Amino acid sequence: MRLIAEALCGERGGEPVFGPVDFALGQSEALVVTGENGSGKSTLLRVVAGLLPSASGAVRLEGAEDEQVASAAHYLGHQNAMKTALSVNENLDFWRDFHGEPFLTNEEALDEVGLADLGHLPFGYLSTGQRRRVSIAKLLVSYRPVWLLDEPTAGLDARSERRFAALMAAHLEDGGIIVAATHIPLGIEGATSLVMGDR
Amino acid sequence: MLALFIRDIRLGIRAGGGALVGVLFFLAVVAVVPFGVGPDLNLLARIGPAMLWIGALLAGLLGLDRLFQADREDGSLDLLILGDTRHMLALTVFVKCLAHWTASILPLVVASPLLGLFMNMEPVAIFATSATLLAGTPAIAFIGAVGAAVAVALPRGGLLVSVLVLPLVIPVLIFGVSAAYGAANDPQPFLPPFLILCALTLFFAVIGPFAAALALKSASD
Repeated sequence: MRLIAEALCGERGGEPVFGPVDFALGQSEALVVTGENGSGKSTLLRVVAGLLPSASGAVRLEGAEDEQVASAAHYLGHQNAMKTALSVNENLDFWRDFHGEPFLTNEEALDEVGLADLGHLPFGYLSTGQRRRVSIAKLLVSYRPVWLLDEPTAGLDARSERRFAALMAAHLEDGGIIVAATHIPLGIEGATSLVMGDR
Repeated sequence: MLALFIRDIRLGIRAGGGALVGVLFFLAVVAVVPFGVGPDLNLLARIGPAMLWIGALLAGLLGLDRLFQADREDGSLDLLILGDTRHMLALTVFVKCLAHWTASILPLVVASPLLGLFMNMEPVAIFATSATLLAGTPAIAFIGAVGAAVAVALPRGGLLVSVLVLPLVIPVLIFGVSAAYGAANDPQPFLPPFLILCALTLFFAVIGPFAAALALKSASD
């Protein structure tokens, strides 16, 4: 399975934001997208996910059942996509069911992010960092080979950052692909780097 | 899909969901009418079905603007749109509409016989009004989904959604009320307008989710 972007350009409201960008990621490869604020990191991720149309160029997933990236990818955006009125378990159960391909149970996934005993709490009771960690646990409850991460460590403490780095390393070891936009070093070893806004 | 239905019903019923607000609004509108038009029992019985329908229509429009906006604000909408490759987005919208109808509008239908008593309506008219509400109100949710999807990016889109949706739900109102009248007043027919009402619901159950899905896809930024 290879994630390939060819001469990819993105725009917002008719204004070009980035591009052209080329990359090709095989299994167990990661791409870390860095750049200044407004350089188009989030736009790149949304174009790759298929949430925004590309201005030109194309993204495809070679060697998968479906060439569309969306069907094989988890997208972790700025927001956590969790309902504050529902408990953590209810939120995770819903996303496992909606995304399909169940992977870890809620307990296992929450244990991986260090929130083992908080499944019964309403999501709204959690702190910012805990919410982010539940959102990361969402990546684990159903399996997708490609992870598209937009500022995944925003709000995390140093220990959780290390834990998340270990999770990403495990995902890459399993043959996954990661594209992460960040301005904080994520601690992924051997990741390709892409600097946006460098023209 | 069942998980989405259950999640939306839970969200509707739990604190802040606003399902009860619709019932209270419905109650307030219908309870105020007898005070406004005076104690003429015959007049109340005559305008009863129309008042119940107007009350249910306005109460049904009340929570519609939050249908997709709540999901957009917490980022769920992006994932629902990305799920298009697994579950067709129109189907997702359809299920969300059904959940909205069950949590917010079905209680109105259940409350309508009681409010029919307030309006001095005959039993057959009460029953007919409830039946037409049951058959017709899903159309309000399906049409409303289109308005909610178009206005999803607007922070204060509530009134805009109602104004966008209102012209489209007028036919539903007309046939709903005329069927309810037909059941109570003999020369007027019940079945033809009732069947047209059912047809409207079925028609919008197909058109609405597809139109809303298109609007949602083009609104994502």
